[in-house]
Order: sequence, then structure tokens, then C-alpha cells
Amino acid sequence: MNLTLHVWRQKDAKSSGKLETYPARNISGDMSFLEMLDVVNEDLIKQNKDPIHFDHDCREGICGSCSMMINGMAHGPERATTACQLHMRKFHDGEHIHIEPWRAKAFPVLRDLIVDRSAFDRIIQAGGYVSVNTGGTPDGNAIPVPKENADTAMDAATCIGCGACAAACKNASAMLFVAAKVTHLSVLPQGSAERRERALRMIQQHDAEGFGHCTNQYECEAACPKEIGVKFIAKLNREYIRAGASSLVRRESGAGDNAG
Amino acid sequence: MQLESHIPSGPLAGKWTKYKADQKLVNPANKRKYSVIVVGTGLAGGAAAATLAELGYNVDSFCYQDSPRRAHSIAAQGGINAAKNYQNDGDSIYRLFYDTIKGGDYRAREANVHRLAEVSVNIIDQCVAQGVPFAREYGGLLANRSFGGAQVSRTFYCRGQTGQQLLLGAYQALSRQIYNGKVKMHPRTEFLDLVVIDGRARGIVVRDMTTGKIESYSADAVLLATGGYCNTYFLSTNAAGCNVSATYRAYKRGATFANPCYTQIHPTCIPVSGEHQSKLTLMSESLRNDGRVWVPKNASDIGKHPNSISESDRDYYLERIYPSYGNLAPRDIASRQSKKACDDGRGVGPGGRGVYLDFAAAIKRDGLSKIQEKYGNLFDMYERITGESGYKQPMRIYPALHYTMGGLWVDYNLMSNLPGLFVLGEANFSDHGANRLGASALMQGLADGYFIIPYTLSNYFAGVKPEKLSTDHAEFKRCEEEQKQKIQKMLSIKGKKTAIDIHRELGHIMWDNVGMARTKESLNRAIDKIRNLREEFWSSVNVPGTNDDLNQALERAGRVADFLEFGELLAKDALTREESCGGHFREEYQDSEGEAKRDDEHFCHVAAWEYAGPDKEPVRNVEPLNWEVAHPSKRSYK
Repeated sequence: MNLTLHVWRQKDAKSSGKLETYPARNISGDMSFLEMLDVVNEDLIKQNKDPIHFDHDCREGICGSCSMMINGMAHGPERATTACQLHMRKFHDGEHIHIEPWRAKAFPVLRDLIVDRSAFDRIIQAGGYVSVNTGGTPDGNAIPVPKENADTAMDAATCIGCGACAAACKNASAMLFVAAKVTHLSVLPQGSAERRERALRMIQQHDAEGFGHCTNQYECEAACPKEIGVKFIAKLNREYIRAGASSLVRRESGAGDNAG
Repeated sequence: MQLESHIPSGPLAGKWTKYKADQKLVNPANKRKYSVIVVGTGLAGGAAAATLAELGYNVDSFCYQDSPRRAHSIAAQGGINAAKNYQNDGDSIYRLFYDTIKGGDYRAREANVHRLAEVSVNIIDQCVAQGVPFAREYGGLLANRSFGGAQVSRTFYCRGQTGQQLLLGAYQALSRQIYNGKVKMHPRTEFLDLVVIDGRARGIVVRDMTTGKIESYSADAVLLATGGYCNTYFLSTNAAGCNVSATYRAYKRGATFANPCYTQIHPTCIPVSGEHQSKLTLMSESLRNDGRVWVPKNASDIGKHPNSISESDRDYYLERIYPSYGNLAPRDIASRQSKKACDDGRGVGPGGRGVYLDFAAAIKRDGLSKIQEKYGNLFDMYERITGESGYKQPMRIYPALHYTMGGLWVDYNLMSNLPGLFVLGEANFSDHGANRLGASALMQGLADGYFIIPYTLSNYFAGVKPEKLSTDHAEFKRCEEEQKQKIQKMLSIKGKKTAIDIHRELGHIMWDNVGMARTKESLNRAIDKIRNLREEFWSSVNVPGTNDDLNQALERAGRVADFLEFGELLAKDALTREESCGGHFREEYQDSEGEAKRDDEHFCHVAAWEYAGPDKEPVRNVEPLNWEVAHPSKRSYK
């Protein structure tokens, strides 16, 4: 099939960007969306033009690298799918496709479709872990975990940190991302000791990065390639309330001990 | 060159305990004076960086991805082995050790493998403590399943996302140390060169992939945990960015490269659909627990809908040939049998390069919901890529490049022949021999990162003084200048071919001549063709843009240039190893039943290649393998 692409081009974070139009010819339905972009890029290079830059790596839907708005939808029109797992059989001949980078103030554009998502890393660094050093840990079966808790933790832990939730939200809120990690760790006994401080500090960092507040419109859930549900945001809210006022944050930034 | 393995003396089962008792320590107050560079943030690199920072060392961590959480370990699906014997089915450290040695076709070092089996037990405890959500039984205890090459259930798993969850555990531990200021993280930074001063690894040259800036970092030790070289073959199950550049460039600076011909072809991948394809997707090996592999008995049934082919007309060839292991036969054996069935004209799907993986019997036995619970995401993935439902008809699978067992040579300390250069995980050669069993890669990555390097690196540091070396040193400047010139050369060629065109051609040469079966003729042919292709690259590649900004075409070209040199070394290693073992199958060396025929008399050794100069033949060094406990025998899974 033949398609027309309207792609956001932006040289770097300081330059302004604009949509440019490119043809995509002889596209097979078996190609993934990124393979279609590969074909377009190979043509551009052969014409001595700059190829379209986009983040990608595993190309099997798990690393979370690929990030793009396709026709205004994060990762495109197919539900529960990353851009690398979207196949061209979902489009039809002659279609115009608009491709843009993630939209969120906290994700500045680095080039074309590539954005800087290090804000997510800083949110995890603020407390998205169990503070345990290597070695000397008890036997794995010493603390039984009810299967339903382990399953809930796994449902939440499946988040790939792609950023679609924030990109899809009109308020650019990353609550679903934060909720997934907070839920994953708080339902397990191992993560329970630090649950209060974790919720407070991750939310504090989320806000400091410039992500907005949740508006309960569930766009994040609709866009999530791993089908992480907004029920985890409800869980996050409960954890946050339970943790109480931010004055409970006992730890100074940069200190080593964060037992909560 | 004399390759000293530095294996501790004494009985095999006590070597690691003895090492730990004898090792030299660094006083906690002195640890903060030492600096370490860790390249790569997968299971090995992420775990090492976090653990070394916990101990008090100053760590600089580098990855080419935008976040350390995206290292390719994240895509591993199946599971991680540990000799816990929770199932009371006869497992033990000895049995895991023995299975791994046998699975590697007696081409791994006994002492390293035994240590791996020993620490496997601690890995699970560590990960559970970090909150890794392993699958659980209703009683709350950890669940297990079995995996290829084993007759016990010793594999721990997190649905089909084990690699992701283990990596997130390491990433979270790393994040904690970044927050604490003990790790300085450098994402979107690619390794360009290793800096060796007075015979010791003292730093690295890197490129900031956002700005193009080339800069140097110095340290008291350098750790490479940069994964394998599957993408030499262009199509593989590895992530698009996986590359050989760090290990290959370290080789060019004096580190020896061991057993590059050992590549693993995984039997359960989704078959190739066309020339546009940029990568292959693996279906977890755990599927072989319940799925039955077959092809039609008669070539005349090819093209028929699989559900219409009667039971009596199906050839469940793995169950037929290997009755005791059946569909769980090791990867090299299962892959080769798939190739045979297809060579025999009985392959299914486009191009006749596929075999069926059938769940009908398992669904009938356990019910659809049980199968969905165990493998649901894999079935979804298959349907998304092929447009077919694995619940309603058998899936189609075919072997693909998946893992590389060769890597930089290391001793028992995980140190290369260059003092101060340590190599971890898939980037080293040490634990898997000529073949890797399922669920053993994650185990090795985490063993190296969490439980081995903290001891062996301290032992090394106890013998060298910490020293802050300025990156203004002439050797750093020389290496930076060389890299800048190489980049400028690539940018100035302005030919007609893209780096991807040339990479794809290299992939065809490798798969056709150095793939599942190799011969003297095919290997010589490959070497000639690779040389020609390399010349073509340097005369007709077109790399657009500049080095002053984010330039993905330039990143790719730099990696392809290394694959074009490394591919020749891989083929050369395969040519000189005149035997068949594990994933290295030389057609000239097979028994009457078509099974791999080892030559223990002449090749029971590690081949470690030494760089001799740009136009010179590399030197093949040998480390003999000695057997104290697991004496080589014919590897039979029948």
C-alpha cells in the first residue's frame, strides 16, 4: 500500500518544529509501524536527506523505548499495543498518517520524535524501590506471599515506563506510572515497610517534574500498551492519604536511610 | 600468550568458599577512594553498578538507551534457574552444575559453572527481597516450571516477563544508588574506546549521543557488561541497538576474544515474513513445556490447514527422536531438527521455513484458561505479529539467532587478560560452553553482577592503589583523536548505500555460511565475502548529517563497521574449530545419526583470539579445559 506521512521534524530541543510530509510507498501489511518508518528513512538517506529520528530498541513491545503519537493517539490506534507492535495491516491504502512526539512539558523534545523521559527515572530514584542491599537476604520462601497479592503486584509491575499515559493525558499527568510502581511494591510484604514515604516522595517528584494532576478521564488507561488499570491510581490515592501530610517526610534529599 | 585461569585449588565444590575465605579485602574507609566504570545496565551491569555502590565504591554507569531500565535483558521472557529444590524433585547444586556443563557440550570451565550453580540460590532470595513479583502457588510459596535441557522444575518466572522484572529489580537498586550519589548515570552515551595505560585498563572514551560530544572517563577499573553479538547476523531476537562494539574495540586494545563461533540459535521464534524485516521475535522456550512440535509426515500435506491434518499424519519429531527429553530437548538439538525437517521439504508457512508448535493437547488437558494464565501474553504477541491465533491453530516457529556464548576471555575473577578490565554476563565467554540452556543467561548475568564481581573486584583493588588519573593524559587524547577521525571518515564517504543495506548483506552472508550448519567451504566463502563487503562499506556508505547532534544513522554506521570486522573473526574461529559441539555444528563432523561429534582430544579447550594489527592474522591462544568432576561423555538426550 501507499501512504502519506505527516511527521513532526525538530532539529533539537532549542529549535522550533513543524510537520513535514513524506510519501511511504510499497508498504506491506506484515511490516510493523517502525519497519515502515525504516523504509521511509532508507529512502531519505539515499536522497541525502536527514532521516526521521525516533527511539526504538527491542521491537517486541517490552523495552518501552518507542514513543510516538500516531493520528493523535499514543502508540497508535490499536489497543494495548506499542508502536513497534502495531502492524501496517491496521491501516489502509492511501491513508494519511500524522506522527508526532509525546506531548508533555516534562518530556522535552530532543529531536523529531525523540523526547527526554528522564523525569520517569528521577521519580523512581525518589523512592520506587525496596531499600535492600545485596546479600544476606532471607530465603525466598521465608515470607509467603498470597498468590492474589503476587498477581496484583505483577499486574502493576508490568509497566514498561514508555510514557504513553502522560502523553495521552490532557493534563500530562503521570499518575498511572507512579501508581503502578507504588502498587507493585506496597502489596508485597517486602515493599511494605517503606510504603508511606515511597508514596509521598514519588508524588512529590512527579509534581516537581512538571507533570499535572489526574483528572479521572481514564485516557491513560486507554493508551497504556500494557493495560494497566486506573484502579491502581485509586490505590495510589489511598496510599498517599494513608501516608499523611508531606511533613511526615523524614528524610532529607540525598540521605541514605529511608526506612519508613 | 599464557592464559592463566586463576582457578582456586582444592575440591571443586569448595573452590568458591575457599576463594572468599582467602580473598583480600578493602577497608570500608578506603573503598570510597576507588572508582569503577560500568558499561551496560542490563542484568549484569545494572546489578554490578548497584552492588559496588552499596559497598562504597564510586561508580560511573553508562548505557546507550535513554534509561538504564531499557537494557535488552528486559526482553527475556522465560525464567531464571536456581538449585533451590523447592519441588523436592531431586535438584541440587551439583545437578544444576552438571546439567549446565553437559548442556554446554563440555566446553565451559568447571570451576566457573559450579560457582554459578552455588550462587543461583542466593539470586532468588535477593530478587524476592527486592520485590520481584515471582509467580506464587496458592500457599504463598514460589512456583517453578521446567525448561529445555533439564528434567527437574527449577525455573522461577514472572509470567512471560521474567527478564523485565529481574531487570527492574536491578534498575531499582541502581536508582537508589543514583539518588544516594554513589552512582553517576550516563544514559544516551555510547562506548567508543577502551584506554589502556601501562598494560592496565584505565578508562573509556564515549560519545554523548544527544550532542555528539566525545569525552573520556578514567577509573581504577573498567567493567564491560555490554551483552552479545547476535546482531552480526542482522536478523536476531536481540534489540536493534545490541552491538559488539565495546567488546570488539576492547579486543583491538589487547583483550582476547574467546570462542566467537559459539552462537545460539533458538528454536522457538516467529518465522521471517519478508525482506523488510528488522528483527525476529522469540516465543519463550517455556512454551515447549506444553506445546508439541510437529511437521506433516508427508510433504504432500504442506499447504493444508494444520487442523485438517490427522494425528496419524503428523510427525512429532522431537518426541520421536528424543523420547526422554521430547519437546524439552536443548536448543541446539531442537533447532537443528527443525532445520532438518524443513530441508526435508516438510517445513510449513511462507517459504517452507517453519514448524508447528501445537497447544491443542494442552488446552484439552488443562483447559483454555490455564493455558491463557500461563502463556497469555505470548499468544497475544504471536497473534499481533502474524495475524493468527495460537489457541485456534498451531503456531509456526523457526530457529533464529538468540544468544552468543563467546565473548571476551576472562579468568575466574571475571578479569580479562588486561588487568583492570572485567567482563560480565553475555559479554564474557565463561559459563555456557558451546551451547546455553534455557533460563541460564539471566542466572549468569545476576550471578556476575550481584555475587561474583563484588568479591573479585575487591580482591583486585586490594592489590592496587587508588589513583585519580586525569583524562588529559596523552593516551586518552590519542584514543579520542582516533575515534574522531574514524567518525569524520564515515561522514565524508557520501556513497550510495546505507549502513543498513550493508548490514543486511552481512547478515545474509553470516546466516547462509556461518549459521546452523557450517563447512570449511562455507566458512572460507564467508571470510572472502565479508572482506569485500567491508571494502564496500568504506568506499560506498552514505552516512547523512554531522557529528554535532543526535544522529542515529551515524550510530548505526559505527556499529556496522565493527560487525564487518568481527564477522570475519567469528568465521575464522568456526573454521579452526574442526569439530562439532553445541551450537557450533560443522557438517564434516557428525555421527551416523547426524548428531554433533566432538573431538575432545584436539579441541577440549577455549580458543582466545589476540589482535595482531589491522592487516595481520589474529593469534589463536588456547586455554586447555580440565575435568575433575564432570568427565566429558557423549551428550545424549534420547
